[in-house]
Amino acid sequence: MSVTIFVPGDSAALALGADDVAQTILNEAAKRNIAVTLVRNGSRGMFWLEPLVEVQTAQGRIAFGPVTADDVASLFDADFQQGGAHPLNLGLTEELAYLKQQERLTFARVGITDPLSLDDYIRHEGYEGLRQALTLPAETIVQQVTESGLRGRGGAAFPTGIKWQTVLKTDALQKYIVCNADEGDSGTFADRMLMEGDPFVLIEGMTIAALAVGATQGYIYVRSEYPHSIAVLNKAIVVARAAGYLGSDILGSAKTFELEVRKAAGAYVCGEETALLESLEGRRGIVRAKPPLPAIEGLFGKPTVINNVISLASVPIIMARGAAFYKDYGMGRSHGTLPFQLAGNIKQGGLIEKAFGVTLREMMYDFGGGAASGRAIKAVQVGGPLGAYLPESQWDTPMDYEAYTALWAVLGHGGIVVHDDTADMAKLARYAMKFCAIESCGKCTPCRIGAVRGVEVLDKVIANQDRPAQLTLLTDLCDTMLNGSMCAMGGMTPYPVLSALKHFPQDFGLDNAGDQHA
Amino acid sequence: MNPTCPSEQVASIIATHQDRPGALLPILHAIQDALGFIPPDSIQEIAGALNLSRAEVHGVITFYHYFKTAAPARHQVQICCAEACQSMGSERLMQHAERAAAGSADYSVHPVYCLGLCATSPAMMIDDQLHARVTPDKFDRLINKVGSES
Repeated sequence: MSVTIFVPGDSAALALGADDVAQTILNEAAKRNIAVTLVRNGSRGMFWLEPLVEVQTAQGRIAFGPVTADDVASLFDADFQQGGAHPLNLGLTEELAYLKQQERLTFARVGITDPLSLDDYIRHEGYEGLRQALTLPAETIVQQVTESGLRGRGGAAFPTGIKWQTVLKTDALQKYIVCNADEGDSGTFADRMLMEGDPFVLIEGMTIAALAVGATQGYIYVRSEYPHSIAVLNKAIVVARAAGYLGSDILGSAKTFELEVRKAAGAYVCGEETALLESLEGRRGIVRAKPPLPAIEGLFGKPTVINNVISLASVPIIMARGAAFYKDYGMGRSHGTLPFQLAGNIKQGGLIEKAFGVTLREMMYDFGGGAASGRAIKAVQVGGPLGAYLPESQWDTPMDYEAYTALWAVLGHGGIVVHDDTADMAKLARYAMKFCAIESCGKCTPCRIGAVRGVEVLDKVIANQDRPAQLTLLTDLCDTMLNGSMCAMGGMTPYPVLSALKHFPQDFGLDNAGDQHA
Repeated sequence: MNPTCPSEQVASIIATHQDRPGALLPILHAIQDALGFIPPDSIQEIAGALNLSRAEVHGVITFYHYFKTAAPARHQVQICCAEACQSMGSERLMQHAERAAAGSADYSVHPVYCLGLCATSPAMMIDDQLHARVTPDKFDRLINKVGSES
């Protein structure tokens, strides 16, 4: 009988040699006359263990990792395909604490199924949500999404159901569903993992959105830095269409939904929804003034639902299990789960899907095991390059949207970037301004010019030229950017800058009370 | 067999995509995929087909970091310089790579802001191959391998 072996095809596993491992397993198995079925699954999201090879046994899936091509012969010698003892044997995958302590709803299948097998998807509750949605009137679908409490997972946390309701209410012959897969935040990879590891859930979520608002065409705008995601999505769309899950008569319902992947071109600002729409229309990614909202005049001037990958991919489980099931997770007004991404200088980085309410300290120590360098952790940037730096005094605050707003911080897309005590916060503040200067679309002055001036002012602060006056200037400049920018690019760049200055004044040449050193 | 000349390739790409909604980015991607860059003398033709001005097409090409207007080096090295990779020493890696590239006509080194490999930093991409946890030593090994294959 053939033994099933899983070697992830996820980008991060590939970057650590997964293709080599997979090929070596096939070669070695052939040499030993062992029949092997190789599945290239998504990643389980435990990146310090990648490439994480799993074998299917009667007891369940057993994990081995991190595996290199050089380990493969010794794995076969140890009968690893039967779960044999080996230094890399980690035991049953499901029993690994890192996974067991998570609440995987959106990522329920990622790492488990063959990403391009529709049968596998359906065996694991796939397309249950769509089947449910097909029996409901549009208003009821929107109502369920609203009741689930789902908020935009791209970072802005706007209630998804309200957005859909606005599009549903508009009267237009053509409406669009656009998926924002321009995941440019450093420290984030949830969208990428999901698109590579479970593309059908995104397709299903977008199809449900289309039914809910009466749209017939969808676009997934994927960043050019994610070639593997683009390839997987394109293949999955072909499979879904061939099986009647996309096209002009979805599952015999006479409903139409067509879906197309569009490749971005390396502009961070295109993660902003209106810049993304400009880009899809074939123009420079320049931010549009709002109103009109995209829900009323979006892509090609038509009503458009534009949601992040994780928002759309969370819809199928809401439809399949009901709004109440999803809403029960989380705390306060932050319902459900967030796929957090633990990254940077951390021993055990990876994807951690948890209900809102977990703390940064639990993330970094219980899951992460501390800094990769073995040094003390100094600062943590949560929510991407536009998110605040959090000092240790804030690591016990429950991670929920409102609690973070109260800290003058953001959860954003759930990225957590850890820096150890060698980090120079003035340099990181300067980098935040520099990144804004590189990526600003140029439409509004506070962002376009403010970021350039911000770099100059911080250079003077770092060089100790007229420091007190320069810091006053910096604070003023940040105030203008915060209140005068058209979008989050310029409007949130002050978050990392001012939080670094506030919490780590000594890195800017001040004493702990924020006064200039004598 | 004679390879199709670049201008014929451009014409055929434009004809394939010009009727798609928002056709400009797909056209530019297809040209760069085929030729490695977008030849400035193709701008007129693209603009004509899409009823745009040359300035508009030029504006789009130069707005996006991904599009190139000159033939690139044989190999492209992209090193992530965003925060997660900085926290694991990408600055040192970038300096090392730039020094190494200065002595080579074979490849060029560019910063990139996030490859989505933030839990296995520092990350880089050589052409379309991703690499994680790249040290200066590992960089040298990988570059030598690419050099010996080309």
